[in-house]
Amino acid sequence: MTVFAAASLQPAFDKIAAQIHVDATFNYAGTQTLTAQLTQGAEADVFASADKTQMKTLLDAGLIAGAPEVFAHNRLEIAVAKGNPKGIHSLADLARPGLVVVLADPSVPAGKYAQQALAKANVTVHPASLEPQVTGVLSKVALGEADAGIVYVSDVVTSQKVQGVPIPDSQNVVADYPIAALKNAQHNSNAAAFIAFVLAPDGQSILKAAGFEPA
Amino acid sequence: MALAGLGLLLFLLPLAGLVVRAPWGQVGQELLAPQTATALGLSIFCSVTATAIALVLGIPLALVLSRTTGTLRSVLRALTTLPMVLPPVVGGVALLLAFGRRGLIGAPLYQLFGVQIPFTTTAAVIAETFVAMPFLVIAIEGGLRSLDQRYEEAARALGANSWKVFARVTLPLLRPAIFSGAVLCWARALGEFGATITFAGNLPGRTQTVPLAVYIALESKPEAAIVLSLVLLAVSLAILIGLRDRWLGEP
Repeated sequence: MTVFAAASLQPAFDKIAAQIHVDATFNYAGTQTLTAQLTQGAEADVFASADKTQMKTLLDAGLIAGAPEVFAHNRLEIAVAKGNPKGIHSLADLARPGLVVVLADPSVPAGKYAQQALAKANVTVHPASLEPQVTGVLSKVALGEADAGIVYVSDVVTSQKVQGVPIPDSQNVVADYPIAALKNAQHNSNAAAFIAFVLAPDGQSILKAAGFEPA
Repeated sequence: MALAGLGLLLFLLPLAGLVVRAPWGQVGQELLAPQTATALGLSIFCSVTATAIALVLGIPLALVLSRTTGTLRSVLRALTTLPMVLPPVVGGVALLLAFGRRGLIGAPLYQLFGVQIPFTTTAAVIAETFVAMPFLVIAIEGGLRSLDQRYEEAARALGANSWKVFARVTLPLLRPAIFSGAVLCWARALGEFGATITFAGNLPGRTQTVPLAVYIALESKPEAAIVLSLVLLAVSLAILIGLRDRWLGEP
């Protein structure tokens, strides 16, 4: 069975895979990349997306079997170095001159959400880089090359190398993660079992431990 | 024969895919789109600068390589060609660990002078030079080794000093090797992706070269990605046809 999953799901899905004893291969990448691969005919059994828009693209292309179900939510957080040496406490602080801020590219969900959050906070940031995956943002902060980046709460929870600065609800964006089986799935029963596990209490508690909010 | 045909198909089919799927009606429009033009301009600047640096540093390196023998030569040669076989992303990580804010050289640069190399156009040029210079060094070293040394000896016998021998005899004899090496180096620099995105990041106008723009656009604007890919394809093909066998086939 092949699962195409948003890059941010990797820590949680690797744990789930270890528990369900199903022979599964995971393709983790930016949701946008996965959508492009699937619309170009890549074969997969399950698609777990980091936003509803991408899922809708595949629905409209007639590639999804049944109705997608939202299985988790994620919020944004500011990732900074351990100990927060630059004293970053809000989105507004990211506009400080001299600060190296890295964001995800607006073409991937994390980048789109980051832009929405910055717009809500009425903050203009001049990023040093627009990474093609949210994991790129995390690694630039973890390596100390960037002072701050906007990532998912789940990224901060699973990374040992960064610290999170919360973004208040009024400025935050809630990302919905839908999951669905694909129409051309070769392993229908495994796909259904995997989706059922993700939605069941056991799967939900693994997701919660990885920093996601339950569906 | 059948296997040869299959091999050729493996090369040709992806290219055919690009050509067939290209939005030919929009090529002009996509090329003139501000983001595309910016990426093209930056790519040309970075690849030409990287080639110039590679020439300045690579010709002396090739000279040293061609004059050494034994173990030293094997070691130097392995070090020089390493970036050719290293996955470029690994090269990018290595560059971060050397020139990044916490890197070997990057840390003192940052602490003493406040200089930050990652995420700058300089970083993109360094990444391209790192990955592409070996092509130049290898081509020139090959040229040096097949050089007829009698010309240099004759010049020396006629009283020319080493600098004069190098500038008036060696360099002109090496011209074809330098040219083909520089062109290959430039083409490799133009296509650089992995080391650039890892070390320099992705920002339009500063570090987003054409290959990075292709990668980003593939997900939001596939037409723009295909047009940019065609540009890279046309440039590479023109270079290889222009160089032909006489230079590429040289030992």
